[in-house]
Amino acid sequence: MTAIAPRRRTAGGILATVLKQRETGILIALVLIVVAATVRNPGFLFSADGYRDLLLTPSILLLLAVGQAIVIVTRNVDLSVGSVLGLTAYLTGRLFIDAPGIPTIGVFVAGILLGALLGLINGALVAFAKVPSLVITLGTLYIYRGINVSWTGSDRINAGDLPVDFRGLGTGQLLTIPILTIIAVVVLVAAAWYLRNLRSGRELYAIGSDPAAAHLYGLKVTKRVLSAFVVSGALAGLAGVLYAARYGTVSSGAGTGWELQAIGAAVIGGVAISGGVGTLWGAAIGAFLLLTINRALPILGIQDFWQRAVVGALIIGAIVLDRVLAIRQSRRLLEARDAS
Amino acid sequence: MFGHDRKRKGAGATFAAFAVSAALVLTGCSGGGSGDGGEGGGEGGGDAAITFLPKNLGNPYFDTSNAGGAEAVEEFGGTFSEVGPTEASPTSQVSFIQTAAQQGVGALVVSANDPEAICDALNEARDAGVKVVTFDSDTNPECRDVFINQATAEGIATTQVELIAEQIGGEGQIAILSASANATNQNAWIELMEEELAANHPDIELVETVYGDDDDQTSFDRTAALLQTYPDLKGIISPTTVGIAAAARYLSTSEYQGQVALTGLGTPNQMREYIEDGTVTAFALWNPADLGYLAAYAAQALIAGDITGEEGDTFEAGRLGEYEVGEDGTVLLGDPFVFDADNIDEFDF
Repeated sequence: MTAIAPRRRTAGGILATVLKQRETGILIALVLIVVAATVRNPGFLFSADGYRDLLLTPSILLLLAVGQAIVIVTRNVDLSVGSVLGLTAYLTGRLFIDAPGIPTIGVFVAGILLGALLGLINGALVAFAKVPSLVITLGTLYIYRGINVSWTGSDRINAGDLPVDFRGLGTGQLLTIPILTIIAVVVLVAAAWYLRNLRSGRELYAIGSDPAAAHLYGLKVTKRVLSAFVVSGALAGLAGVLYAARYGTVSSGAGTGWELQAIGAAVIGGVAISGGVGTLWGAAIGAFLLLTINRALPILGIQDFWQRAVVGALIIGAIVLDRVLAIRQSRRLLEARDAS
Repeated sequence: MFGHDRKRKGAGATFAAFAVSAALVLTGCSGGGSGDGGEGGGEGGGDAAITFLPKNLGNPYFDTSNAGGAEAVEEFGGTFSEVGPTEASPTSQVSFIQTAAQQGVGALVVSANDPEAICDALNEARDAGVKVVTFDSDTNPECRDVFINQATAEGIATTQVELIAEQIGGEGQIAILSASANATNQNAWIELMEEELAANHPDIELVETVYGDDDDQTSFDRTAALLQTYPDLKGIISPTTVGIAAAARYLSTSEYQGQVALTGLGTPNQMREYIEDGTVTAFALWNPADLGYLAAYAAQALIAGDITGEEGDTFEAGRLGEYEVGEDGTVLLGDPFVFDADNIDEFDF
């Protein structure tokens, strides 16, 4: 350890460390795609709409990906976030219809609280019942969606039902940066700082690396896992409110399939599905990459049908890369041990 | 072992459900009987008693169509009633059909939740002398006398092409934002639109068809991609209510608002906002009020014996004029109805 530390402080060392980071690779891929699309059609970056959409489109998924990454780090997974998003998005519309004049901040609080409550249910089932989260959240995915369908029925929230100010949040800009993006980045920075610097944040990684060891060491595994799910639910709730603001139309199918995109974003961003590894920055860049690819491929002339395949290839590529890096690292550690 | 256990439980549950439904039908019987007595006087005068049975109650679309039906029934002096389930599930309409048959109504006007599931009940009602008209959503042809079809594929395709041609001045690039790539009706419309464009609007170039999967977010992002990919795009046709609303929402907040025309199939409540702010000038759908109106007249013609549902039968439908029964007992309402700033406030569905 002491031998490595000083080398890192040199300029070249810092560059090498940066290049070795998983996030850097994803970021380079993202930049390449943006550059390629912009060369093909300058409007992709330089038109007012293009620039705004580039930042705006991934913002909602970014929130889900951050929540998802926190859960995945603890060696769990939250499949219900898409359904939670759907429920809170519909709640948002209903609040504006049924309680006219309700302050926007009240709607945000209600959405986040509902999301947190649904996350708490997930977390409690996982943490106390000791059932794998894959199964629990697959169940709540369907249950939450079912509640949504029976609540919404054939009804739908129309853009006209939502106040103009609220919808303005979905497209408005502050100093040329979309408000939605600002919200998402603030959440990202706060959560990333927490995970990196606070003891309880580090414990999430410890739990994900080896739950049994974490328990033996005396970490509050149950409590930490529970709170990871509550955070994921609350972020999905916030995302639901923003979804209503951005898309204006909310039917019972809102957010279907978003859980997979959120997991995809986290995995592409280097969050290992087996837990304990990865950063929220990676998940956030993954979310940007995933949705920017969707927008860039048509401009590059790649057919609709191939776009999903490209996303799939990215996910598999990310996992293969993970394995290769893990094997290489374990070999290096073994060599280091043998040498000493 | 476990499987056996479950099976037995399942059988028990089925039996319980059967017993409950039998009890319900029995109570329905006695209820129907008293209803019969009450209405007997009214029917003696030769009035046409017409019962509307929509897919579900509390649905603004059917509220509009039933209002059209009530208007027609009032014109020809019959009695109008409206019943229906709260939920649009396949079998939820059966008990209402049975009750109506026992009450001896003249005709049932039904929008079927399922083409098969209500067939037996409808045929029992027809055996009891009730005429059956379907509208909006048909059953199998052998279970009803007449189906009121809201629009043909040709009508839908032609109307949309004409709308976009008018809005972009007859020339330029257009794109189509469809539902999913395997949606049969959408693909049929798109094919007909392509033919119509080739035949009558050679200066309009269809540059791409993209698929929004009838999902708000996907349609929204596809619209953004279309606008970026084709800087010279003049118009978008979206023959799906989800797609057109999402595209309108994107356009309304983009620099292309008012420059790129948008039309397609939409509902007034979804599109009102965008008609008012000028993003969309006109879009199409059938008029559910006219649909209900025509269905009521068809029911009356069946009761009066003017038509039997044979191909070639004709009947008068009040303000809509004369209609002819086509193949398979189908009556076509006409070309889709165009909604614009002048008429959108008359509709709430």
